[in-house]
Amino acid sequence: MSRKVAIIGIGMTKFGELWNKRYRDLITEAGADAIKDAGIEGEDIQGLYIGSMSPGLFAGQEHIGALVADYSGLSGIPATRIEAACASGGLALREAYLTIKSGAMDIVVAGGVEKMTDVTTSSATIALMGAGDQEWEAFKGVTFPSLYALMARRHMAEYGTTIEQISQVAVKSHHNASLNPHAQFPFKVTSEQVMNSAIIADPLRLLHCSPITDGAAAVVLASEEKAKRLVDDPIWIIGSSSATDTIALHDRKSLSRMDSTIIASKKAYKETKIKPEDIDFAEVHDCFSIAEILAIEGLSFCKLGDGGKITENGETEIDGRIPINPSGGLKGKGHPVGATGIAQAVEATLQLRGKAGKRQIKDSENALIHNVGGSGATTVIHILKRG
Amino acid sequence: MSKGLALHWRLIPQRYNLVGTECLKCGRKFFPTRQLCPECRRAGDIKEVKFSGEGEIYSYTIIHTPPEGFDFMKPYALGIIKLVEGPLVTAQLVDCKPEDLEIGKRVELVFRKIIADGSSGIIRYGYKFKLKD
Repeated sequence: MSRKVAIIGIGMTKFGELWNKRYRDLITEAGADAIKDAGIEGEDIQGLYIGSMSPGLFAGQEHIGALVADYSGLSGIPATRIEAACASGGLALREAYLTIKSGAMDIVVAGGVEKMTDVTTSSATIALMGAGDQEWEAFKGVTFPSLYALMARRHMAEYGTTIEQISQVAVKSHHNASLNPHAQFPFKVTSEQVMNSAIIADPLRLLHCSPITDGAAAVVLASEEKAKRLVDDPIWIIGSSSATDTIALHDRKSLSRMDSTIIASKKAYKETKIKPEDIDFAEVHDCFSIAEILAIEGLSFCKLGDGGKITENGETEIDGRIPINPSGGLKGKGHPVGATGIAQAVEATLQLRGKAGKRQIKDSENALIHNVGGSGATTVIHILKRG
Repeated sequence: MSKGLALHWRLIPQRYNLVGTECLKCGRKFFPTRQLCPECRRAGDIKEVKFSGEGEIYSYTIIHTPPEGFDFMKPYALGIIKLVEGPLVTAQLVDCKPEDLEIGKRVELVFRKIIADGSSGIIRYGYKFKLKD
């Protein structure tokens, strides 16, 4: 397992309520953009991994690998759908990475896609709840916001985290999203607007929650030999890790930290010999504002319990000590669940290439991307490095 | 998508009577039931155990945006309850005002209707919790 793997092409659709686009249109558009960006041809692609959480419930469509290969004009090559709830994209990236790392293939596309707005909000809520425990959570009327509300309540009780600190995550995400033309919500919000928005699951309000989104993203991965021949600015994936935890929140050792993130990040830091303080920025899974606080603590960007404080202090802003979610995150950019893990890789690549426009982070060399499934039952982490 | 009766019927002991399992090798108790002890795995010795239904609030939330089928009861309180025997369970908290809820307050199990599958479908029952004091 010694081959290096690089991202050589990126593509993503606008995120939002894309009523005139079908599931297959979204992923085909993102894939074509990534292939064009890499400067390769369809014939060069040896395999596809597609992250998609619930196309069966959102669009009545399964058998995604074959569908995507077909509409991309690539029928014939192996194509595999990867599912790990909202971490489907991150895990698809990891499978593509491992496929090249193992020597089985040299050029692989990892994509992610979700088409969520063709169903009603309550149906989407049910589909998303598939990421939790159907028998012992969903049966009781549990929703995903309520699971994160239960975590928020414990975090507030154990560490004194305030609703103002949690709200600041959303304020910062929206500020960053206002600089991202692909974002679903490219506008700023104030702390007062967040704290006065409709209650979803107390203490979490509407503006603490990521939205329902249509969108797709794709990256082209290549072996070192191919990457160096094909592009001038390969972005290296120097670490990849994944960890699991119990499917139901009530079976966790703690509700105020995310153990799958802690385990996966320790593995990734060890594998790459990179320390948390060497990371220049991160795209983390802020499906709810409290989730970003759990993420930055779990990734050791601060001590457990200090996530709210460092957010309040501005340390996670674009020009702060450790910029978090320059893209706008899931909150501001949008969260087409299966696409999110890949969209994080797209943002990190853009930043490391120095092509992120108004939201560019200065002089960044190492980036971490962090994708979570469910209430934390899966975490996938990648560490990316500029050439 | 309509679903079969067995899906609910086979869970009646757990949902009606809070029957879980314990591992006689390490003493850990589980609710819901597990076939394998996560610590001892195949070396474990799993037996059924009925929990008392007594516990305390470990965390709670008030749900204002419910999933399909739960609309008529909104807003409703949902908690994670730490049973006196150790395991944590997720359940609705009933017969209380939101402002009465607090981490650490003692609760006890009540048997209630959970949800009906439409006007002519199966009525599903199970446990909820209410404040004890």
